[in-house]
Amino acid sequence: MDLRDTPTEAAFRAELRAWIGENLTDDVRRGRFEEAGRDWSRKLYEGGYAGLTWPKEYGGAGAPYSHQAIFLEEMARAEAPSHLGVIGLGMAGPTIIAHGTEEQKQARLDAILSTEEIWCQGFSEPGAGSDLAAVRTSAIQDGDHFVVNGQKVWSSFAHIADWCILVTRSDPDSMSHAGLTYLIVDMHSPGVEVRPLRQITGEAEFNEIFFTDVKVPVENVLGEVGGGWGVAMTTLLHERGTLGFALTAALEAQIRKLIALAKERGATEVQRDAIAREWIGLQAVRYTTYRSLTTLIKTGIPGPEGSGAKLWWSEANQRVTKLALELLGPEAQLVNGSSSKAQPGYWQHQQLRSRGNTIEAGTSEILRNIIAERVLGLPRSR
Amino acid sequence: MDFAFTQEQEELRREARAFLEANPEAPLAELRELGWLGVSVPEERGGGGLSFLDEAILFEEAGRALYSGPFLTTAVVLPALPEVDEQAWSVEVDGFVPDLLHVDRVLTQGMRSVPAEGEMLATMDETRPLGRLTSSDGDAVEGEWEPVRLRLLAALALEAVGIAQRALELGIEYVSEREQFGKKIGTYQAVSHPLADTYVETELARSLAYWAAWSVAEEDEGAAVAVAAAKAQCAETAVTACERSIQVHGGIGFTWEHPLHRYYKRAQWLDAFGGHAAVQRAVVAAALLD
Ligand SMILES: Cc1cc2nc3c(=O)[nH]c(=O)nc-3n(C[C@H](O)[C@H](O)[C@H](O)COP(=O)(O)OP(=O)(O)OC[C@H]3O[C@@H](n4cnc5c(N)ncnc54)[C@H](O)[C@@H]3O)c2cc1C
Repeated sequence: MDLRDTPTEAAFRAELRAWIGENLTDDVRRGRFEEAGRDWSRKLYEGGYAGLTWPKEYGGAGAPYSHQAIFLEEMARAEAPSHLGVIGLGMAGPTIIAHGTEEQKQARLDAILSTEEIWCQGFSEPGAGSDLAAVRTSAIQDGDHFVVNGQKVWSSFAHIADWCILVTRSDPDSMSHAGLTYLIVDMHSPGVEVRPLRQITGEAEFNEIFFTDVKVPVENVLGEVGGGWGVAMTTLLHERGTLGFALTAALEAQIRKLIALAKERGATEVQRDAIAREWIGLQAVRYTTYRSLTTLIKTGIPGPEGSGAKLWWSEANQRVTKLALELLGPEAQLVNGSSSKAQPGYWQHQQLRSRGNTIEAGTSEILRNIIAERVLGLPRSR
Repeated sequence: MDFAFTQEQEELRREARAFLEANPEAPLAELRELGWLGVSVPEERGGGGLSFLDEAILFEEAGRALYSGPFLTTAVVLPALPEVDEQAWSVEVDGFVPDLLHVDRVLTQGMRSVPAEGEMLATMDETRPLGRLTSSDGDAVEGEWEPVRLRLLAALALEAVGIAQRALELGIEYVSEREQFGKKIGTYQAVSHPLADTYVETELARSLAYWAAWSVAEEDEGAAVAVAAAKAQCAETAVTACERSIQVHGGIGFTWEHPLHRYYKRAQWLDAFGGHAAVQRAVVAAALLD
């Protein structure tokens, strides 16, 4: 056991810090999500930091997971915006790497890293949320293509997306996990209509997507026809951040800001206790992630200890953002109330946004079911 | 970064678990014969020449087995002595001495080695009674109390992880067998979800305890904050783990006959000794905010 960086890790960290120092300007930090995000994502790509752990032949750096952990830690420390292509980078890409044909990999992966192509995820439907196996969007094969009809909902970034990872029912007589097919769909195809949905925060970052007789070439099936469930599970594994680095890094950035706020505004004994509790929790989730990572490096499989990272993080983020509002006092009720001129209304927005954390990427109830049944081996509830 | 025990250390864990499961009340002398005392003391001072991380495994396993001898206190004192001796040791913290009349000598916060004489007090955790010394006068021991304190808090945190782990295991075993309304009670989410929470919290606590142990072993400058963090979270996790396990056991969990109450009382003992979680968090808060 040694919790320090190895010499290679230390060198990578130093090089990365220097790169951030040169490239992360205040304009990038403060810029509006989309434009600033594209520029910044492009810089990350050119710097070789997008897709660090992806294989070299698909534009990645082929670096070990520990470098990815360091990358995210340093990005959080520098308060850098995240790569715009979160769904492409975090979900679609890894799923294509795992299940895609060589042609699919060559065609899509590099454009994900460069953010030339933005992705969205079309899993949830009005009648299929937690119970993903209940999807009804149909894909009927007709010669060299599938004809897709149906509706998806809560699809983040669909309004700016070029591509969609879509779970469909290709066998109309099937039920549940069988008969599903996983497609990659060009969002610019005729018959795709996106309607933004306004969220609790007031912004519209997720959408409804309507598919009306959309033609999808058979080359765009990911995995086997009828084998969509297994492919979707790969996506969910990545979405829930089995390794938890991104979650840890996001929480670290929040807690830094929280501490700065408490120092500026002062904190009662009770608030000091709560801040200490959250900081301790952050160390706990960080080191749990490291343990899981070490298991991954040694055995090729991440340890089960990391399975609670998303569950725990989502609830911690809700507590932390609420605590920040409390520190702001009555000013918390002002839309732009803030101690930080750079980010007016930051905590107000973050606190509302955090309510989605226990719903998106698997609700907390579903994650507890999974831990109970798969990790603890308790009798199944269904 | 490498956050795992070595194969030798994992082997030590297997041995410790097997031994303690078979002999949960083994006298301290037997643990000494196994080489479990003075593990982290250099060989030239009569120790095992290993690290505090090896000892950490033993503390955790002793907790899981609810071992009742003065192992923990002896183990944290030995590195402070010029030479490993054959005596059983305890420590005096905030005026209290665990296992006072089951040990030979006591190391006080003032770095005095005092004969173990005084009165034993009836303690909630009957397996680890507290006592009060008649007198704190004794021979001066060279060195500082701080490293002893750091080892002690880390050891308490590690033991708490073992307690939480066992309380969880007992809960899992019970709800997987017990049936009500024609179903295993583990299928009810009101039963399974609290156990899932205990699992997550126990893994988080374990990571903190290992981090604290590593910081102590390396004499890391952040060790004082790490042990405070670990002590706070691990003890609270152990207490909550026992409470949830008692609840999912129903009536049987409330009996004297069932082992759970002993785990529960040990968990509360661990939280109280050396300062409750809130006291530890005040140390962390000061480091972060002042
Ligand atoms: C911010 C945000 C972004 C999202 N982005 C995307 C996206 O990009 N793409 C996409 O496909 N989806 C996305 N989603 C959708 C998300 O995956 C679903 O909302 C989620 O899976 C829950 O489904 P549902 O909304 O239908 O709720 P339901 O499944 O109807 O759940 C309602 C409540 O019932 C509980 N419940 C349901 N089943 C069980 C059970 N078996 N045991 C115990 N409790 C249960 C749930 O935990 C929840 O509390 C996003 C959601 C949010 C909030």
